[in-house]
Amino acid sequence: MSEYIIKNGHVFDPVQKIKGDKKDIAIKDGKIVEASEVSSSAKSINAKGKTIMAGAMEIHAHVAGPKVNAGRWFRPEDKIFDSHKKPGMTRIEGGKSIPTVFKTGYEYARMGYTFAMEAAMPPLYARHVHEEIHDTPIIDEAALPVFGNNWFILEYLKNREIENTAAYIAWILNQTKGYGVKIVNPGGTEAWAWGLNCLTINDPVPYFEITPAEIVTGLMEANEYLGLPHSVHIHQNDLGNPGNYKVTLDTLRLAEKVKPKNDFGRDQVMHSTHLQFHAYGGESFANIESKAKEVMDYVNSNEAITFDTGNVTLDETTTMTADGPFEHHLCSLNHLKWFNVDVELETAAGIVPYVYSPNVSVNAIQWAIGLELALYAKDPMRCFITTDHPNAGPFTRYPRVMSWLMCAKTRNERLNTFKNADKIIDRTTLAEIDREISLYELAAMTRAGPAKSLGLSKDFGGLKPGMNADIAIYNINPEKLPTKGEDYEKAFSNVAYLFKDGKICVKDGTVVDNGQKKTFWVDVKVNPNKQVRHDVVEKFLKYYSVNEGNYSVPDDYAPHQHIISLDATHA
Amino acid sequence: MTKVVKDVICPFCGTLCDDVEITVSDDNKKIISVRNACAIGAEKFNHTSLPGRVTRPRMRQPDGTFKEVSYDEAVDWTAKTLVNARKTLMYGWASTSCQAMSVGHEIAEKIGGIVDNCATVCHGSSLIAIQDVGVPSCTLGEVKNRADRVIFWGCNPAHAHPRHMSRYSIFPRGFFTVKGHKGRKIYCVDCRYTDTARCADEFIQVQQGYDYELLNAFRTAARGEVLPDTVGGVPKEKIYEIVEELKGGRFGVIFFGMGLTHTMGRNHNIDIAIALTRDMNDFTKFNIMAMRGHWNVTGSGQVLAWQYGFPYAVDLSRRTKARYQTGETTSVDLLIRNEVDACFNIATDPGAHFPIDSVVSMSKKPTVTIDPHINMSTEISDLHIPVAMVGVEVGGCAYRMDNVPIETRKVVDPPDGMLTDVELLTKINERVDELMGAK
Ligand code: SF4
Ligand SMILES: [Zn+2]
Repeated sequence: MSEYIIKNGHVFDPVQKIKGDKKDIAIKDGKIVEASEVSSSAKSINAKGKTIMAGAMEIHAHVAGPKVNAGRWFRPEDKIFDSHKKPGMTRIEGGKSIPTVFKTGYEYARMGYTFAMEAAMPPLYARHVHEEIHDTPIIDEAALPVFGNNWFILEYLKNREIENTAAYIAWILNQTKGYGVKIVNPGGTEAWAWGLNCLTINDPVPYFEITPAEIVTGLMEANEYLGLPHSVHIHQNDLGNPGNYKVTLDTLRLAEKVKPKNDFGRDQVMHSTHLQFHAYGGESFANIESKAKEVMDYVNSNEAITFDTGNVTLDETTTMTADGPFEHHLCSLNHLKWFNVDVELETAAGIVPYVYSPNVSVNAIQWAIGLELALYAKDPMRCFITTDHPNAGPFTRYPRVMSWLMCAKTRNERLNTFKNADKIIDRTTLAEIDREISLYELAAMTRAGPAKSLGLSKDFGGLKPGMNADIAIYNINPEKLPTKGEDYEKAFSNVAYLFKDGKICVKDGTVVDNGQKKTFWVDVKVNPNKQVRHDVVEKFLKYYSVNEGNYSVPDDYAPHQHIISLDATHA
Repeated sequence: MTKVVKDVICPFCGTLCDDVEITVSDDNKKIISVRNACAIGAEKFNHTSLPGRVTRPRMRQPDGTFKEVSYDEAVDWTAKTLVNARKTLMYGWASTSCQAMSVGHEIAEKIGGIVDNCATVCHGSSLIAIQDVGVPSCTLGEVKNRADRVIFWGCNPAHAHPRHMSRYSIFPRGFFTVKGHKGRKIYCVDCRYTDTARCADEFIQVQQGYDYELLNAFRTAARGEVLPDTVGGVPKEKIYEIVEELKGGRFGVIFFGMGLTHTMGRNHNIDIAIALTRDMNDFTKFNIMAMRGHWNVTGSGQVLAWQYGFPYAVDLSRRTKARYQTGETTSVDLLIRNEVDACFNIATDPGAHFPIDSVVSMSKKPTVTIDPHINMSTEISDLHIPVAMVGVEVGGCAYRMDNVPIETRKVVDPPDGMLTDVELLTKINERVDELMGAK
């Protein structure tokens, strides 16, 4: 494999605490090495006046699987004027809010991303998720199976059977080639199968006689019992409703009861996703207001929590979530088309197109809340930038979100020109914040932080010798920082170079190599568990519509696997 | 000694039964018996050993007869035809695997083909309706575990999806449906008394062509508004009575078929059936599902969607963008208007299902048909390339009517030297690359 040495660039790497110093980065056999370790034939890249960071890591996006694909085909209008072939080694790319697999891979790579986590995989549809991951070029991917409404889990946790819960999780991760434990609207989605919901953490789940609080706590305990690389990853109850910040704080406080236990250097026990949708005050959409400050005061004080923002980008987009009842509710608000799939024994999913308009106060307030969360975050290693793609906006808008965070002028221009600017300023605290996120903090929020939260910090998210050579070089000169948000946006949209596994995949924004993408999953060994085995056999015989023998994801669906194996037999 | 292969997936209809058991000969060459499949499913397995099966490509001769040629010659002819044509219709895909589709799409993107599947002549109108209004739906296991009100509207699973009723929709006992059929009320709406109607608790005979009106009347009744004395031949008392029963259920589902998609109103029929389903969600839980017929047609829609964003009729003829417009990029219309200059059929038989004018149009163009068996399309083709049967002689992914993908199983070896779809398409793709590189 070829060797490279990247010279004269400004390095931003929280892993090594390098804050923009000039440092040569050497690459050999797909890894970062000491500059002295490459031979004289190493190809030299001049990065003078440029910014170097590790490849960015997406911690939460809906990029592959049944609901993403339903969003694609039931919205042909999303491709109008947006289907094209760009120069380079590319296939046709299409779609604005729900890009095709080709566009997804290329666009992440062009922005300097080398990893994306598919945020919600229904186990029954795992084969579909992996088929799409297989076809997505360049970037590494993993997927989180959903557990918060799964019948096995509800039954085990009703009796507080943590060991059985853990054994079942291990089995599902193995069957689905999954990465960790996702929870979406715990209990609420099962209730939705009867047209109902759980709106607080104490609402009982119909028939199963368990509460969301018990589900979340039990899953956190099982997650730590297994010592998984990532913590539970939760989309809380009562998403998107005015006044929901109280439910949010109640849920976050559950993290106080559980201690992290793992060999991956992960410190949190709960990752709270798209917090923007969960930080609302007020009693109705008429008087909705930001509670970002209140939520962040708590998050800042509890180191056992990481979160991602879920920034609203003010675009037309397509909302999609395993929170079935929420999508039904959203459809009753905006009266656009509604897609729903309830998945036997496991989960559900809903999809509704949505237009976030700068002229609609609620949307502008949501926009402000997402930015407030990141700007109030004291520890950038625990706060990650997302748009909950495509829910609050497409991931292709990350460069713009970054420009709002990094340039107060750009942000305030946007804020002050909203149609109802006075109202937005009154209902939020954004106007009072003058913080600008630095390149170093950004590297924490998009690289080192997510890598640590995902338990991948040994090999990813940094530029230390020995780590994987996933590297993004941007046309940003830290000695002469852009003064306009647009310039940040432009630079973050098109890397000067993207190295993936030590190979140049993107050069000057053009894809030059499709790389060799890998599928990450977690294989946990647990003690043989007769109860769980019995329950699996029984549920497949009686209640599933496929046989157990046809449930797992065959190996050839993921030709290049990065398997994280761990032993939880003596846990 | 024989052996038994379990959990086999039937390769015939969109029900995708995955509990079939096949006894095969010791040398993996012959199917000896088929268990659990219905009659048409079993027939499909037995097709592998039909006498006279063609195992090598056949090229049409000037005198109209076929002559056996090698796979290499067939690959070369196909690749040349594709490269020379301005616009090739690449139709079918419903009986092949998603893996094969992926290779096919790569070819289509290079040579500027139009990829269409048999939704174009069956549930295309359902897809259009869903693009207009969305759809509340579920997996088939949800129906089995929860449904207590089941409506079959314009479909006849007793014949088209024989095991649907026993596996999912009428008879099975599920978690919340311990009484099986006794705990469910089954309705059949059709213009004639079918074998499915025979299984239903209530048969509602709608006057032919009045489905839209009757669905509209259901919506009206659900809102408590006034109806005329009869709608589509059904007395208003009956309509009010049924709507009340539906509201009183815990979980209802509508299954619909060609009786709605291909009668007067077409996509509008589906549109209003979906609207009724949405309305019913204000009272109870309600879902609706298309009875996708042809085995993996659903999978073709899925792969096209994740690669290009559209479920069928994807026009890649400009090579730099994907377009989709019913009536414009759909197969029947393209053929009737003579807008394509070559045809590439795979794993579906347009000769048997397209209107005669489009079949005549196809027969006048250079045409290749890739199919395990002789069918009406092979007989109007210049080249027939037989391949191994997906789901019997080679595995591969297929999607059930509720979009659940299942990796199918290989149970016996294909006849010696026969290529699979993936192998054949990969060879064609490589030959296309060579030819285009030389161009
Ligand atoms: S119902 Fe359909 S899938 Fe099932 S055995 Fe019969 S033909 Fe095959
Ligand atoms: Zn999400």
